[in-house]
Amino acid sequence: MAETSSFDLLPDEQRLARFMERIETGEKIEADDWMPEDYRMTLIKLISMHGISEIMGALPEKEWVPKAPSLKRKLAIMAKVQDEMGHGQLLLRVAEDLMEPLLKSREHIIQDLLSGKLKFHNVFHMEAKTWGDAGLIGWLVDGAAIITQTNMLNASYGPYARALKRICAEEVFHAQHGEAIIMALAEGTGKQKAMIQDSIDRWWDALLMFFGPGDASTTGTSKQDITMKYKIRTKTNEELRQDFFSKYIPRVLSLGLKLPDETMHFDKTEGLWKYRQPDWSQFKQIIKNNGPKSRERLRLREISYTSNKWVLEALSVRV
Amino acid sequence: MKYTKEEALIHKEYHSALCELLFQLADDDFILAYRGSEWLGLAPHIEEDVAFSSISQDMMGHAVIFYGMLEDLGIGKANDLAHDRPAEERKNAILLERVNGPGTYLHEPHYDWAFAVVRSYFYTGIKKIKIASLKNSSYIPLSQAAVKIEMELYYHLLHWKTWFTQLLGAGGEAKKRIEDAMAAVFPDLDGVFSFGAARTMFIRLALITSEEEIRQEWIQMMRPIFESLGINMPNSFGLESGNGRDGVHTEDLEAALKTLTEVYRIDQTASW
Ligand SMILES: [Fe+2]
Ligand SMILES: [Fe+2]
Repeated sequence: MAETSSFDLLPDEQRLARFMERIETGEKIEADDWMPEDYRMTLIKLISMHGISEIMGALPEKEWVPKAPSLKRKLAIMAKVQDEMGHGQLLLRVAEDLMEPLLKSREHIIQDLLSGKLKFHNVFHMEAKTWGDAGLIGWLVDGAAIITQTNMLNASYGPYARALKRICAEEVFHAQHGEAIIMALAEGTGKQKAMIQDSIDRWWDALLMFFGPGDASTTGTSKQDITMKYKIRTKTNEELRQDFFSKYIPRVLSLGLKLPDETMHFDKTEGLWKYRQPDWSQFKQIIKNNGPKSRERLRLREISYTSNKWVLEALSVRV
Repeated sequence: MKYTKEEALIHKEYHSALCELLFQLADDDFILAYRGSEWLGLAPHIEEDVAFSSISQDMMGHAVIFYGMLEDLGIGKANDLAHDRPAEERKNAILLERVNGPGTYLHEPHYDWAFAVVRSYFYTGIKKIKIASLKNSSYIPLSQAAVKIEMELYYHLLHWKTWFTQLLGAGGEAKKRIEDAMAAVFPDLDGVFSFGAARTMFIRLALITSEEEIRQEWIQMMRPIFESLGINMPNSFGLESGNGRDGVHTEDLEAALKTLTEVYRIDQTASW
């Protein structure tokens, strides 16, 4: 305690120096620890966006839960979507703790989502048109999420790192679940095979965009630098996208599927995948809630929020 | 006398009564779990979304167990029994097929949480009493499955009871909405108790206890809760929309079947 109180008396620069020292030596920062304002704000933004993306991300797959084609798939996809809601819950709690000193709560997170202030991941604005899409989301979107989240498993912020550890363990099952759906289609009838090729064709750009722009020049801003400085993440967007290519391109091709990018190849001298850039101006539009399904999915959350208001009111009454 | 699967397969009368009961149990859980899955992402708060979904999965799991027993009894593949039977062959109670509220799960789902709570709570209580009786069923595989199912139902019932008492106890709008939901549920509640035309056979073959006993036990279980919350238990319930056990169903079931078989029907011979 004595140490804490003397720390409290230090001028901000010295506190910051001590904080950076902790970050550099790999010590975890906890919710009640002192932290610079931009660290807190970056975390709130990152984690509430991650949390709300899990929740919005449940919606495209949820469209297929009641329609899953067998009892086994019905059970599996119900469990998968439930996990995503669980991830959202876990992450929003981490974000809520960080927001407490700012006198903000989950209510604000939901309000910010509905007003468009809080963004959610580009992939969850896309249409999930077919059962093939339900499989592809599990296989490749969760696959991509594993890559970005593993990159933050050692995040300097302890509560986030611990939540991610649990989430990543479940994501591995999700990717297997998605892969199982895709494998069944790939080994199935011509119609079923065509279904996955169609999904890949429609989702490819969104998957590339999932990792974010390579640098600030494409979209004007990038949080990469600050998150790396504070050791929240270690790899850049482009490095993560390259990891995704290395892991999944061979798998996609081995199923007899084609990539909708004829320029895609691995450049051995540079050790990099060369690919056609997705349309980043479209990405900007999508995350501004102007994607194909943005409005509709937000509307679902809005309906849930407004039509259940009476429930939340009743819960606050002590019985 | 107790029956194994092999014995049930030989005795024609027993086989047909047993399958009738299994269809009722399977179809009840299947359709209500489906209704639960429509709620995903729309529950009053995120924690409830997770909990409700877990309950719906358990329920779907129970349906899988019952359809699986029917498969073992040579009736057909569990998957096809769940997906490929027209409405008039379904044995679920009508109360359980009713929509969650206005709209569809994809478009403007203005679902009614009070209805979800009342329907789930009443159904779970009645199911728990049935399952407790099934622990002594003459069909050995069913009595064994009942032991496992009963443990899960303990948590489901507690969950819905907590909602029911909180919402009623809160008074005001919540109480009013729960009362409205009860007014919508009671007129069809007899359908959940009913065993349809097979009721005497079920008793004679010691498959399960009587409708009347299940009803009395449920009333006994609920009466103190109703009293403590200051609400009345009606003297009789109803079968207003008809008896689902006889294959009578509503448009709601037709629409649900269309949705839940949409992918399955693309190619029924394909493996998904
Ligand atoms: Fe997740
Ligand atoms: Fe996931």
